[in-house]
Amino acid sequence: MQRGRVVALLDGAAIVRTQRAMLTVADPPASWRIGMFVDAETRELIGGREHLPTSGSEITRLSPARIANLEARARALATVRAFFAERGFLEVETPLIVPSPGLEIHLDAIAAGDGYLITSPEYSMKRLLAGGLEKIFQVCKCFRGNESGPHHAGEFTMIEWYRAFDTIEAIARDTEELVHAVCGDHAVLGDRRISLAPPWRRMTVREAMQEWAGVRVAGDESAAELTAAVRTAGIEIADGLAWDDAFFTAWLARVDPALAQLDHAILIVDWPAPLAALARRKDGDPTTALRFEAYVGGMELANAFDELVDPDEQAQRFREEQAIRRERGRPVYPIDTKLIAALYEGMPPSGGIALGFDRLVMLATGASTIAHVQTFADSER
Amino acid sequence: MYDTSDIRKGLKVLMDGNPYNVIEFQFVKPGKGAAFTRTKFKNLLTGAVVERNIRSGEKLEPANVETRDMQFLYKEGGDLVFMDQTNYEQVTIAADLIGDAHDLMKDNLPCTVVFFNERPVDVTLPTFVFLEVTASEPGVRGDTSGNVQKPATVETGAEVSVPLFIRVGDTIKIDTRTHEYVERVNKT
Repeated sequence: MQRGRVVALLDGAAIVRTQRAMLTVADPPASWRIGMFVDAETRELIGGREHLPTSGSEITRLSPARIANLEARARALATVRAFFAERGFLEVETPLIVPSPGLEIHLDAIAAGDGYLITSPEYSMKRLLAGGLEKIFQVCKCFRGNESGPHHAGEFTMIEWYRAFDTIEAIARDTEELVHAVCGDHAVLGDRRISLAPPWRRMTVREAMQEWAGVRVAGDESAAELTAAVRTAGIEIADGLAWDDAFFTAWLARVDPALAQLDHAILIVDWPAPLAALARRKDGDPTTALRFEAYVGGMELANAFDELVDPDEQAQRFREEQAIRRERGRPVYPIDTKLIAALYEGMPPSGGIALGFDRLVMLATGASTIAHVQTFADSER
Repeated sequence: MYDTSDIRKGLKVLMDGNPYNVIEFQFVKPGKGAAFTRTKFKNLLTGAVVERNIRSGEKLEPANVETRDMQFLYKEGGDLVFMDQTNYEQVTIAADLIGDAHDLMKDNLPCTVVFFNERPVDVTLPTFVFLEVTASEPGVRGDTSGNVQKPATVETGAEVSVPLFIRVGDTIKIDTRTHEYVERVNKT
């Protein structure tokens, strides 16, 4: 028996959602009402038409909660644009299809035409900094393969901004003020209130790992040494892991759950060099990169760098990332030679950040999953 | 071997020699880190629940778990006797293994029995069973408002809350996962 709920009554037909599909049912009994559970199988389907499943989300008829979320999303976007305009930022638009997507080891780019959809607008925006723009921001779609979860969607919206001739500290202040401007003093997630009032607490990665995981991270130890330290702390870990995988094994087991318990937003600063990504290393401390991540209610909201502007080091890191991708049997994307050329011409010292706009709207609305704040979730395409 | 893309509810895997059933999973990916699947496993032997973060690329060993369709025959003290209808083999299973739903089991009920290394470790009942009401006080006339319920005893001896209009002799549909009344059905 295929039971379903009547979601719409049309002239001479009803739309019934079952667990597997949306069915169009011809000539429904007069007693059927929207919201009623009915036995759909005994009815005739119009032309055998069966709609695709929508994994439980309402798209034919948007629920009032979904509409409220979309209204909050539009308000948030207007606030973001006003926020940057007030501070003298120029809004830019960079290509969504590029020959060289990010080489970041754990990101999968999606092929499109002759190139790939961007995983972030970072490389193009840095070329604009080298080209003479100083304060720029962008709100754009980004695309990442094989990412799907309550905080992840394959197609999502990023806010990315840069300040040339400025530091990561200025970016940290922007972040606190922007989130506060959009969400107010608190984010309400379930029955918890997370304080968003600036300034936010700062904690280094090493402090967080020491306090919550009981693991001392030096930044220049071998992967095997880090694995041993993680195991000594009582965390189950396999042998033979790469440095970053050993790090994140401990992070996910202990730090991530601890961050989720905090009742205030936090910036996790000073990342160990193996996790530098595109951040500059600290002057006089090659084991530490000038990078921070913003966490609210356990959700990673943003990632910022004091940008790496040295063309030789950048080219070297790209080659290393290509080598690691090759080694791990992952697709090896070409190096963005135009970015390297721009760095040789000269990119000013800059701070920059990428902040997940959908996640920001989740904080503003209290939504528990990213699909609830997107106009179309991946499953609703 | 399974990898993280195979993880779904109900997947049976072997970890440290024990069979586990996946009961919950979630995609997580720390910034600039590998994707992990935060997975809750239930030990099929002890019922203990463990959480592990399985890194993308990591392999999971399938458990030697066999699922067989069997028919419930009868109760014998605290045990239940089942029969495999394909070969008439009978298996005795402790009622504890079935949990709360064992008092909803009527003779000939088709069930799914999970075996680990040929030992029964789990029994899944049909989601719904249809049972006749054998005892229930009549509902108070006039009180027809939505949610008022009364207790009723069904033919297997289980007690279920039902709406006031249910009478002795009615057949009702019960959700075995929650022990809850679903609806009244006509006898088939």
